[in-house]
Amino acid sequence: MIGRIFLLGDDIDTDQLAPGQYMRGGIEAIAAHCLEAARPDFAPSVQPGDIVVAGRNFGAGSSREQAAEALRHLQVAGVVALSFAGIFYRNAVNLGLPVLIAPSIDGVVDGDLATLDADGGVLQLTAKGIALPLDPMPENLRAIIQAGGLVPYLKKRFAADDKGPSQ
Amino acid sequence: MRQTLAQKIIARAAGRDHVTPGDVVTARVDLAMIHDSGGPRRVAPILQDLGVGLWDKDKIVLVADHFVPGDTEEGAAILAMTRDWARRTGVRFHDGLGICHVVLPESGQLRPGMFAVGGDSHSPTGGAMGAFMFGIGATEMAGVLATGEIWVKVPETILIEWTGRLGDGLMAKDIMLALCGRLGMDGGKYQAVEYTGEAIRALSMQERMTLSNMAAELGGQTGLVAPDDVTAAFLHSVGGSVPDLSDLHSDEGASVLEHHIFDATTLAPQVAAPHSPANAMPADAAGKTAINVAYVGACTGAKYEDLQAAARILKGRKLAAGVDLLVAPSSKRDQDRAEADGIMSIFEAVGAKILPNACGICAGYGTYRLGADVTCISSTARNFKGRMGEASSQVWLGSPLTVAAAAVAGHIIDPREMLA
Repeated sequence: MIGRIFLLGDDIDTDQLAPGQYMRGGIEAIAAHCLEAARPDFAPSVQPGDIVVAGRNFGAGSSREQAAEALRHLQVAGVVALSFAGIFYRNAVNLGLPVLIAPSIDGVVDGDLATLDADGGVLQLTAKGIALPLDPMPENLRAIIQAGGLVPYLKKRFAADDKGPSQ
Repeated sequence: MRQTLAQKIIARAAGRDHVTPGDVVTARVDLAMIHDSGGPRRVAPILQDLGVGLWDKDKIVLVADHFVPGDTEEGAAILAMTRDWARRTGVRFHDGLGICHVVLPESGQLRPGMFAVGGDSHSPTGGAMGAFMFGIGATEMAGVLATGEIWVKVPETILIEWTGRLGDGLMAKDIMLALCGRLGMDGGKYQAVEYTGEAIRALSMQERMTLSNMAAELGGQTGLVAPDDVTAAFLHSVGGSVPDLSDLHSDEGASVLEHHIFDATTLAPQVAAPHSPANAMPADAAGKTAINVAYVGACTGAKYEDLQAAARILKGRKLAAGVDLLVAPSSKRDQDRAEADGIMSIFEAVGAKILPNACGICAGYGTYRLGADVTCISSTARNFKGRMGEASSQVWLGSPLTVAAAAVAGHIIDPREMLA
């Protein structure tokens, strides 16, 4: 699926991804204001399959997983960044949002058309014919993403155990 | 094998003799803390979907703080749901007592050497007690509540050593802003930050909590201070039991990723310019920026000793014309102590507005928010654009001393000028 790249800078924080004043609402309200302070055009124009590319420390700040959930709700194909904040990275995996570390994002321009191969670890800039290599995700995390997130992953595990913890 | 404090705690929780940085291990959780925002309203539907109950209700601590006092319709509904879930499950519940990161240590339930998780990014605050505590999101928390386990990639340790002693007018907050400025918001690399050195050992438990709290702003997974006599005395004071502390430290010569050494004696009071804690500079380099709101609040900056510090500046002085001072004590316990000591009456004398013992403006989840174009100086941890109010509001960060001094001067100023 070909999508459009939204190119963002360093330290994109969770207050931008999931603004506090909408946190008492549901994910639709939060997603409608996702990145409003940094990129007011993002939430209104993002399409399913679009890709977020960013600099260092994407997802800095809060543990609110609505930051990752909002991007999932908007059906972005994934986030490619030079690095991620630790809690955001874990949240994204747990919600089934592909998050991939790029050793370099040189050559990526906002609005570029691209495809993201999360399993193969490649961001293909289709119009430019450039293939950006991405670091492969650790195997234990890929298993969670492939299951669709932690909840479906745990369901499978409990079914396999044949006995979930009971209370 | 020489191990860091982080390695020792994780190895014990994972049931191993030792672990090596980079290992991915599954560890048993000693304590899980959740709050009203990421807690019941998010985890209960997931647990229901999974069809499982709680792994151990006695190891789960719930605190209502983000939506307190329930000043919006949705916030009040979230609080009601939180209270109902607490009743039905029988977990330990702290309601209306203050912010989770302060209430948990005050409850005596968090002990050195614990492997603990919290459903909030400032959960590294627990590191001040010598616990490996870190923040996670709600889905992952649901997994913990169901299984009592979590995977962790054993972190490297970044040793941050402060030599000498802080001078008068300096606080742990100044250390943290300076570190954010020097190392950046990803300087912690999601590894274990460990604070050490004479200046750290000389700090009280509440000041250590400020250090560990802002390991989050440094991008660390946790922020540890090896437990010592200060830790033991604090635990005694809150009625908690003191475990054997003799091995709860990083071994001499244990391998670390980085070792930074800073001189506490030359540190000047710091402020961070909008919109990042990493925009740190000495307060006297901030060009006497005029402010309209001064906020003493949050887990980071409104504990008893923070209130005491702000009151030290305010006593016998007046607020500058046109400046509003808002004070949201971190916990009821700390506010009660401050009442008894006459500290709260100093805030009242200058006309400060006292807000509930809750996350308040720092989280920005309720009706307490900064208006358009306001310039605020705040004792909180993060000043991201739009976090505390309108996107056009400008938030500077400083210690409670620096916030109070700015409230009196009407502009940012080195608080030492008021500490004759």
